[in-house]
Amino acid sequence: MQALVCQSAAAPALFSAEGMVGVIFLLTVVLVFTGALIAVNAQRLVRAVAGLAVCFTGLAGVYYFLLSPFLAMMQLLIYVGAVSILIAFGIMMATPEEKRVTGMKSRSLLAGPLAFSTGALMFAALTVLGLKTEWQVFPRQGTGDIKAVGMALLTTHSMVFELISIVLLMAIIGALVLAQRGRN
Amino acid sequence: MQLLNLYNCLSTYLVIGALLFSFGVYGMLARRTVIGMLISSEFILAAASTKFMAFNRFLAPDPAVGQIFTLFIMAIAAAEAAIAISIMIAVYRNFKTIDTDELVDLQG
Repeated sequence: MQALVCQSAAAPALFSAEGMVGVIFLLTVVLVFTGALIAVNAQRLVRAVAGLAVCFTGLAGVYYFLLSPFLAMMQLLIYVGAVSILIAFGIMMATPEEKRVTGMKSRSLLAGPLAFSTGALMFAALTVLGLKTEWQVFPRQGTGDIKAVGMALLTTHSMVFELISIVLLMAIIGALVLAQRGRN
Repeated sequence: MQLLNLYNCLSTYLVIGALLFSFGVYGMLARRTVIGMLISSEFILAAASTKFMAFNRFLAPDPAVGQIFTLFIMAIAAAEAAIAISIMIAVYRNFKTIDTDELVDLQG
């Protein structure tokens, strides 16, 4: 197929260094989908959060394969370390003891087969779009290492960098105000 | 073994992103608790970051831009999770539940 953008066409042997890298990549992909399946389908909320952590650990491996070890570390720190723990705290604080389950059977039609078909349709459309498009490869100009990321963050994208810090500050203040409101 | 060369192809990462996105959409519609929907929304954001990283690795002229985009998506996701959890705690104080079927004030 014309549209496939592959860096090296030759397939490596199984018992070579490149073959081992391929096996490790397949393992990380399996980790991602196992975690995602658990997170979406688990009956108990705590298991869903554990699946989220597993999926994001695998996704950190995928980022490593996309030549960005820095983003892989950030993924582990922010998602696995912070967001999953935050959601686990939310489950502990905002769920009654006997109702920590997320029963999938809902009364509405939207939550049953319609949800599944919507997801399947999205997947089919995005996959066809990704595989059929003639992607155009541009010649490389930068290195993309962590030094280049830091330079671009403080020169080209400095406005967004300032704005994101304001967004985070507002999020902290808003979370404090919201969580305090119902308490009397 | 063409299977072992998958990590060098753009379409592999695009399929991973599409599958994560569809998992997120499915969970968003099928989950009955607010926390389950929050977890699904994290998947949608992760799919977006995966696709940004894939295009950054294979197509983009400057490979720093996609990484910066992904960093911003991570910051937005962290802020969103914090706000959503605090809203959930406030809702739980008023309704004593976070089940979306029971979070109603009016009949119908």
